Amino acid sequence: MFVLSIYLKFSLLKFELVSYVLSNNWIVRDYIRCTGCRRCEIACSLRHEGCIWPEASRIRIFMPFPGLEVPHLCAQCDDYPCVKSCAVEALSIDSQTGAVIVEQDKCTSCGLCIKKCPGTVPFLHPETNKAIICDLCGGEPECVKVCAEAMYNALRYVKENVGVQKKLHSIDPYIIAKDLAVNLFGEKGERVI
Amino acid sequence: MSKGYTGKFLDIDLTKEKIDEITIPETTLYQYFGGRGLAVKVLWDRLGKIWSKVDPLGPDNIFTLLTGPLTAIHPGARICVSGKSPLSNGTIGSTASSEFPVELKCSGYDGIFVTGKASKPVYLLITDNKAEIRDASHIWGKLGEDTIRILNAEVRKELTKRKPNVGLWRQPAMLYIGPAGENMIRTAAVMTKIAHAAGYGGYGAVMGSKNLKAVVAKGRGSLPDVAASKAMEIMLHEIHKRLISMDRMRRWGTGYAGWSFGAVTSSEPVRNWQEEWHDERSMSGVRYRTRFWVKPYWADFNCTRSCMKISCIKSGRWKGDITDMPDYELEAYCGTNLGIFDPEDNIHISALIDNQGMSGINGPNTMGFAAELYQRSILTKEDLGFELKWGDAESFTKLAWLIVNREKIGDVLAEGTYRAALKISEMKGIDVMPYAIHVKGVEIGAHGTRSNLDYAKDIAYAASVQGGDHTSTARDGYSGMVSVFMDSAVVCMFCVVQDLIWDFAKVVTGWDITMNKWCMEHGRRIVTLQRAQLLLGGPDVFWDPDKDDDNPPRFYEPLPTGPYKGRTTDKKVVEQKKREYYNTLGWDDRGIPKKETLESLDLKALERVMKRLRR
Repeated sequence: MFVLSIYLKFSLLKFELVSYVLSNNWIVRDYIRCTGCRRCEIACSLRHEGCIWPEASRIRIFMPFPGLEVPHLCAQCDDYPCVKSCAVEALSIDSQTGAVIVEQDKCTSCGLCIKKCPGTVPFLHPETNKAIICDLCGGEPECVKVCAEAMYNALRYVKENVGVQKKLHSIDPYIIAKDLAVNLFGEKGERVI
Repeated sequence: MSKGYTGKFLDIDLTKEKIDEITIPETTLYQYFGGRGLAVKVLWDRLGKIWSKVDPLGPDNIFTLLTGPLTAIHPGARICVSGKSPLSNGTIGSTASSEFPVELKCSGYDGIFVTGKASKPVYLLITDNKAEIRDASHIWGKLGEDTIRILNAEVRKELTKRKPNVGLWRQPAMLYIGPAGENMIRTAAVMTKIAHAAGYGGYGAVMGSKNLKAVVAKGRGSLPDVAASKAMEIMLHEIHKRLISMDRMRRWGTGYAGWSFGAVTSSEPVRNWQEEWHDERSMSGVRYRTRFWVKPYWADFNCTRSCMKISCIKSGRWKGDITDMPDYELEAYCGTNLGIFDPEDNIHISALIDNQGMSGINGPNTMGFAAELYQRSILTKEDLGFELKWGDAESFTKLAWLIVNREKIGDVLAEGTYRAALKISEMKGIDVMPYAIHVKGVEIGAHGTRSNLDYAKDIAYAASVQGGDHTSTARDGYSGMVSVFMDSAVVCMFCVVQDLIWDFAKVVTGWDITMNKWCMEHGRRIVTLQRAQLLLGGPDVFWDPDKDDDNPPRFYEPLPTGPYKGRTTDKKVVEQKKREYYNTLGWDDRGIPKKETLESLDLKALERVMKRLRR
């Protein structure tokens, strides 16, 4: 009994320790609920760029066919392939949120992080040409706020432990759109993209 | 540079394959804003001297695609399509919700003027500070959904090839025409996003006449600077909050109206307006929502109103048809006005019309007109090749194809209701004009005046410079000018919060324009110029203000059914209100702008031609 309780305590402690260090905050997305209003892009670019700039928004809604709206943004992979790929250490992990932070001055626009990302999420800023990755707005993401305000809840900000398959959400938006098409349009959906 | 504008416009001559970048003086932008206002001004400056001789479907006509200073910044981005209208022979500002204006502004352009005619089918590709003319032979003849699919893939591939290292390219945005526009059906619309249309005016036919299949844009720039960015941000948030609070519109869009305008206010067209009442409970949001809406909240750029929904038929004979709600107008025109009271058939006809690129109001209006002529045995099975019974979706499908392909009587109906009525009266030796529901060539929107309970009353269409357009109707003079503002600032009417819009315009442009100033001066100037163009008309038909500033005869017949049976539009009221409307705007009793009005509105150049029209 004693041994067991020690073990439990220990494992609990260990669990808490692990979850503190390796838990990620991330933005869960529900593709079916996205209306395509793109107010998330407006909120994101207003915060990061000071103006409305859809192509500089850290979240981008892909719409390969009307009705198929796919929010595309960093999924905070547990193993951070983008950070590992950066040869000049321009990418780092925020200790509070776990978000990837891009150091503008160090970025050489080589595009390696884009290639290594399983969902090709990062992209180069249209003007500065530096890599752009969602920084979770320091823990209060603007995109989530506006989506929640409109009661669409296609985006939600959650704190979860490792191993919740966040990485599976880092996926080519066109692949998601093809599946979404069949979900929405049935057989016809096979022929719209 | 004026705030809210990129400052550059594209001037494209398709005959010479010449592309120029032009600017427009700030005073002109201040006076006319953009969209409908600016289109009317530029058309007058360039074509005013030869107006009556310009064939709307000839190379001389100017096809305009214009944003406004508020477009994309204010909730509800829209694009205003214009030119000399092949329906009214005047100018109509026709708008559609789309991502296209956003991409256009982000490419660095406020608008596009297209003249001439390409030697073969082409499409325009607009990218960052650049425009090019590209071959469209492979998409000519394609339906709307195929055009979107092919162009999305093709353009994305091309842009990825040009800049492969910047990350994933998103799809471009586009305006396009279907076979209806290509075959110059006068009721063809400029289409976008499968089911959105700039329908009034027949500008799909204008694109077709120029061999222009589509205009595609992908810009990576930011939207233009605004005058007071912090204030804009605060106001934007406030407007969104108000839009989100309007729950009913968000839930149903205008889809609930098929019941409320039909059964309650008795102003929904039924069987070519022979009735305006029905009590079919299927024609309401409930059945559409539960059986067909696959996306119950759908929106365009910067819109939280989400009055749009996507319908899809997943079983049965119309399997695979995709359209929007359909909205109220198409519930009526692709439904009740054809005697169709089944949501599934209604969605099918709407999806078909959208795919063909016909305007869902104007095209089916002509179809309803044809069906009434069939009911009266004026058109026969020989004319059509099949029987045309009210409510039979199968035969209306055939009729739509007959019109779009210009086969048999379809070739006559392709000219729009008014011109078809002229031709059929001649062919059959019977006056069929009493069955043509139009004002000055423009088929009337689905809001009747007879019960006097809808927003459209007595002179709504009769005195309007946009004819039968239900989005910009005439009322007491100045109040209608707010619609002119929305078409010129180019924002969606459903996203406008009346007490905030004028301040929002001020924080974007920096110009001190109040509602009063807009209505008394700017709006009046635009409408006066539109009125002049309408009165000049030509070359195929001309309007006589004494005869044509009126409702169609049917609007004076008593309602035959429903709770308001017997009610009708009072002709005396129409005559009196029309004169009041004209006088308020500074026009004479026949609606010809007075000399002093022209002088006070900085439109002195019009006096020479208006003088000829006065008695």
